[in-house]
Amino acid sequence: MRIVIVGCGRVGSRVATEFAAEGHRISIVDQRQESFRRLPERFPGQLVLGTGIDEDVLRSAGIESADVFIAVTEDDNTNIMAAQIAQVVYRVPKVILRIYDPERAEVYRGLGLTVICPTRTVADMIEQQVREGHPTRVSD
Amino acid sequence: MYIIVVGGGKVGYYLTKTLVNEGYEVFLVEKNPAKVQVYRDRFGAIVMQGDGAEVATLAAAGAGRADVVIAVTGDDEDNLVICQMARERFRVRRTIARVNNPKNEELFRKLGIDVTVSQTNVILSIIEQQIPERPFVHLMALRHADLAIVEAKVAEDSPVIHQPIWQLELPPEVIITAILRHGELIIPTGQTVIEPGDELFIVTKQQREAELRELLTGPPA
Repeated sequence: MRIVIVGCGRVGSRVATEFAAEGHRISIVDQRQESFRRLPERFPGQLVLGTGIDEDVLRSAGIESADVFIAVTEDDNTNIMAAQIAQVVYRVPKVILRIYDPERAEVYRGLGLTVICPTRTVADMIEQQVREGHPTRVSD
Repeated sequence: MYIIVVGGGKVGYYLTKTLVNEGYEVFLVEKNPAKVQVYRDRFGAIVMQGDGAEVATLAAAGAGRADVVIAVTGDDEDNLVICQMARERFRVRRTIARVNNPKNEELFRKLGIDVTVSQTNVILSIIEQQIPERPFVHLMALRHADLAIVEAKVAEDSPVIHQPIWQLELPPEVIITAILRHGELIIPTGQTVIEPGDELFIVTKQQREAELRELLTGPPA
């Protein structure tokens, strides 16, 4: 698969590393050179310096032939715009993005994007952990 | 016509100022608390601190009853999301986004933004074409006590012309505070007679606005 990833933070660099190790073709975009330090030394993918909401940058990352597009910068709105460029302009078959704000996540899920909302997911997991144990303090 | 402006940079500031002067009901949302403080001193309670892409902020700004949302921050990705959230969550009929990078104009249109603009004066001309002149304008909501200041232009066919104020059946909790007549400001008394062309400045409880409008402009067509 050809995978384009926008945002080389902890999540982006990790996903890039794992898929690259499986032999997929990876391009990873970040606007700060130092972010690429998170990648392993002999990372086989393509590094593209620039913003993920600029079509010229995305084209040089190979978006036109991408099978999967992943937007995981720290900024919700940047991820949303990048993902919609991939979805609407370049018709990438699978578009995945991270949105921290649960309300925004819901709106864009409704627009046909694959949205991952860590805030919601983590809150749900914590809630489930608390409920599962039925912890009650036994008074002595 | 209720307009929400998001982004209090130079464009947002002058846009808000101009719209207020033109008599539109305007609300300005800005992220930076220091700027909000300055704008509050200038515009009063129509300025709010918040992130315009957040549902809670849009709700507090009254997006549910907004006719137009205009996103004019310096970041295209924020302007896009503000407009899309306003449309998807609050069914705002008309969204206008400032586009900082001209390459994004076509993209924004593909993504459902009604109008994209790159300059203040263009924004103004578009708004002016799309918003018809109105005889009755809500100038501002006051932060306390549910009060509003409205401006009403008395038309030739208004039911109240040639009547002294004491004879008008003004709703309770409504006061005509000033009249602008031929460029002169009059502080009225009960004896003051309303003339066609008068601009009335009225302080009213917000829930009396509809009644007041009907009294001054006649029943809705």
